[in-house]
Amino acid sequence: MNENLMNPLEEAALSDELFERVGTEGLSGEDIGHKSLTYWADVWRRFRSNKMAILGLILLIAVVVMLFVGPMLSGKDYQFIDASLKNLTPNSEYWFGTDDMGRDLFTRICVGGRISIYIGLCCTLVMFVIGALVGALAGLKGGWVDDLIMRFCEFIGNLPYLIIVVILSLVMGRSMFSLVFAMSITSWVGTARMVRGQILQIKEMDYVQAAKALGADTNRIIIKHLLPNTMGIIMVTITMSIPGFIFSEAFLSYIGLGVRPPETSWGALASAGQQQLMFYPHQLFFPCLMIVITMLAFHLIGDGLSDALDPKLRQ
Amino acid sequence: MAEKEVLIEVKDLKKYFQVGKHATLKAVDGVSFKIYKGETLGLVGESGCGKTTCGKTVMGLYDATGGQVIFDGTDIHSLNKHEKKEFTKRAQIIFQDPYSSLNPRMTVADIIGEGIDIHGLYKGEERMQKIHELLELVGLNKEHALRFPHEFSGGQRQRIGIARALAIEPEFIVCDEPISALDVSIQAQVVNLLIELQKKKKLTYLFIAHDLSMVKHISDRVGVMYLGSMVEFANSDELYQEPLHPYTKALMSAIPIPDPHEEKIKRRIPIEGEIPSPINPKPGCRFAGRCRYATEACRTSTPELVEIKPEHFVACHRVKELNEL
Amino acid sequence: MSEKLLEVKDLHVSFKTYAGISHAVRGVDFYLNKGETLAIVGESGCGKTVTSKAIMGLLPEDNTQIKRDGDSAILFHGENLLDYSEKQMTEIRGHQISMIFQDPMTSLNPTMKIGDQIMESILIHQKVSKQEAYRQAKEMLELVKIPNAEQRMKQYPFEFSGGMRQRAMIAVALACKPEILIADEPTTALDVTIQAQIMELIGSLQKELDMAVILVTHDLGVVASVADRIQVMYAGKIVERGTVDEIFYQSTHPYTRALLNSVPKIHTNNKDKLYSLKGTPPDLINPPVGCPFAARCEYGMKVCRQIPPVSTHFSESQECYCWLHHPKADVSGLPDGMIRPCVTERSAK
Repeated sequence: MNENLMNPLEEAALSDELFERVGTEGLSGEDIGHKSLTYWADVWRRFRSNKMAILGLILLIAVVVMLFVGPMLSGKDYQFIDASLKNLTPNSEYWFGTDDMGRDLFTRICVGGRISIYIGLCCTLVMFVIGALVGALAGLKGGWVDDLIMRFCEFIGNLPYLIIVVILSLVMGRSMFSLVFAMSITSWVGTARMVRGQILQIKEMDYVQAAKALGADTNRIIIKHLLPNTMGIIMVTITMSIPGFIFSEAFLSYIGLGVRPPETSWGALASAGQQQLMFYPHQLFFPCLMIVITMLAFHLIGDGLSDALDPKLRQ
Repeated sequence: MAEKEVLIEVKDLKKYFQVGKHATLKAVDGVSFKIYKGETLGLVGESGCGKTTCGKTVMGLYDATGGQVIFDGTDIHSLNKHEKKEFTKRAQIIFQDPYSSLNPRMTVADIIGEGIDIHGLYKGEERMQKIHELLELVGLNKEHALRFPHEFSGGQRQRIGIARALAIEPEFIVCDEPISALDVSIQAQVVNLLIELQKKKKLTYLFIAHDLSMVKHISDRVGVMYLGSMVEFANSDELYQEPLHPYTKALMSAIPIPDPHEEKIKRRIPIEGEIPSPINPKPGCRFAGRCRYATEACRTSTPELVEIKPEHFVACHRVKELNEL
Repeated sequence: MSEKLLEVKDLHVSFKTYAGISHAVRGVDFYLNKGETLAIVGESGCGKTVTSKAIMGLLPEDNTQIKRDGDSAILFHGENLLDYSEKQMTEIRGHQISMIFQDPMTSLNPTMKIGDQIMESILIHQKVSKQEAYRQAKEMLELVKIPNAEQRMKQYPFEFSGGMRQRAMIAVALACKPEILIADEPTTALDVTIQAQIMELIGSLQKELDMAVILVTHDLGVVASVADRIQVMYAGKIVERGTVDEIFYQSTHPYTRALLNSVPKIHTNNKDKLYSLKGTPPDLINPPVGCPFAARCEYGMKVCRQIPPVSTHFSESQECYCWLHHPKADVSGLPDGMIRPCVTERSAK
């Protein structure tokens, strides 16, 4: 476009040719400007634009890489005891120093971290599977099934969690399995309630009614409509629950109910470090730092996900 | 005129919802009407009058509390699972809210194709071709098939909803307020499309709306509902020119006319108060509490829908004396 | 000569969204005289609500940009509201300019008694005793024709029906007898019979309190009986404005014509096909260069797609932004009466 044409005052500059009738030719008016995105691509696009969420993701990847690559880099064994190297402060040989038995703290943190995260993941998985199944059953069936399940959930939810853990570890012995079992046995209640709420809400949506009107059976409605639409919120809950379990494990190990030596975890390391706190604070500091970083990373990702999944923000 | 063939007969249809121990919401309370093949029956009324519940019960989306819906000779509420699926092939529904009526996780192709998949009508290449045909039928194009609902505007979404309903080639479509969530210029697009499709595919519509002028435009016959019951039922032109029930009269006079001169000479018949709750309604005529002509008889006995003039039904005890018939 | 109470000059509002910056209002000018009713008509997303919220200073600060330099201004009694601080705006809001919204349920506080909500507004803006405020609040409820005002004062919003809630909201808005009432789709959520009651109420209150009203709506039917002047907005711009009669009987913009013709006429027996526009309004993240309506206009010319149309005046009150009124335009096949003699020189906007 010529510069002078842009000034509408200069009438003479508007040529006759410009006033040729073209109607809506060539313009459908139905065009969608931007390029097509699938639902998850759209979620990823919004997640990506959230700086804090990306920071969380980077932190988490860094932690996970460290846990698996760390011991190879340090070249130490996490169980190797050397009495001559007790309580060293961090140096170029022992990056995080050593503990009261002369074991390399960096390697121990890496190996212990694997257990912490492993327990976190296991508990979340158990919680999710039981919670989603129970919640979906309650939401879908309704009526007395729903009533019964919800009363049962209230009962389980009101049991004092610490006492259950103590009793279970007494009955089943202190093992990874009993720990996971004890921690997830009470935690699925929240997930069940949430999934039930979601299902009840989506069940009433017009698109589910439309599917019913088209003759869809219950299985199809669950697979095509209910599941995909609850996935988002389930993912957020999962990300938000993992750090909770890591912290619970740390807490249980700290009070001596968690993993048993020679296995270790961040909680067990923190517990051991706490005894040396007055003289060698680094033995408590490093395990705690790792717990904090990991929890922060999961929370940032969870926040980012829930923002990215929130349909109200969809533009 | 040739003898009109009845497609659907609704007989004394009742739909109650239990809302508490002693409270029953009588959303639809004894409604009867017939829909002829190829016609559009309009159902109007204010919010809470039960018109949407009535439409969904006719579709079998709700189980009826009482009465019958006879579709082509069989009562749809007595069908078994298999027969019900067959019925869904012949009757479809278009929803009010174009946002909640499309699954956000499905592509447009899968949304439109859902009925095709459920009934196994077409597979693979043929299925896609059918979807493209449907998209073009409602004024969208092939490129839209792989996009997601959130990428479309309200009017476009509503047209996708129409394409979904048409995919299994039904004979009868319940249009549940299909235009009330849309902008004025888009409403006309959708209404024109519905009329055009009706001509092309010989469809029968039950058109539910609160926009009286649109209902008049699209319908052959119109029923006016108030608080769960039908108060007047007539030919659409006749109903609008000569309403007989006091409620219909007030309703007609309240419609704003987009013409300043007409609006100035128009006399509005005032109507006191608001619609009472449909929970545990009082006996007698439902409109009695707001009707200025109400007598003792109106408050005690419920008026029946009576044919006052040929094909013009009114449920009012005093209709004859009030209209000097 | 009527007095200009409010004057909006070259208003631009844009929002930050995920997809980019959306230019919701793109250069809107208008004025409001004392005691008159101005209707802003347009479809969703045309910028009518954003314009009214900009006047009230109610747009969220974090993602909104309002152009403040150049000629841009919102002049109220000659003072530029765009320069006002939040504190100064609070003094004006609810006192001199009030607003009522589409959904009364979300704009009334559900945990406060109706009476207290009306009194709150009076106590904030006027130096009166509690007793006096109570008396005024009760008077207000009577004014909006809520029966049993005394008892209703002590009730909560959920105890009110839809129409009553809208009345209560009007009472809250008018408690301080404002000079301007902005009514944003006040009857859209209501049933026809209630709609008519509320419009009548607003009309009678306007006369009683000598207010100016800005009526924001998409429904031309509502406008016909109450408005003095109408301006039609499309894609963030005003496309045509004029008196009620000018807009309804002598409109000169194809979009206004389309809006009028796409509503079925209930008082005639016309069952012809409704006039329908193709397509949808443009995406305001990348607004079109020329006329925003060009893509949907059957009379569109090449120039429409390239240069924004200039204003043509047909009377003191009516003007239209459309290239069809250019002397060189191709006017064949246009509806009767759309091309009218213009009164003033064509002016650039």
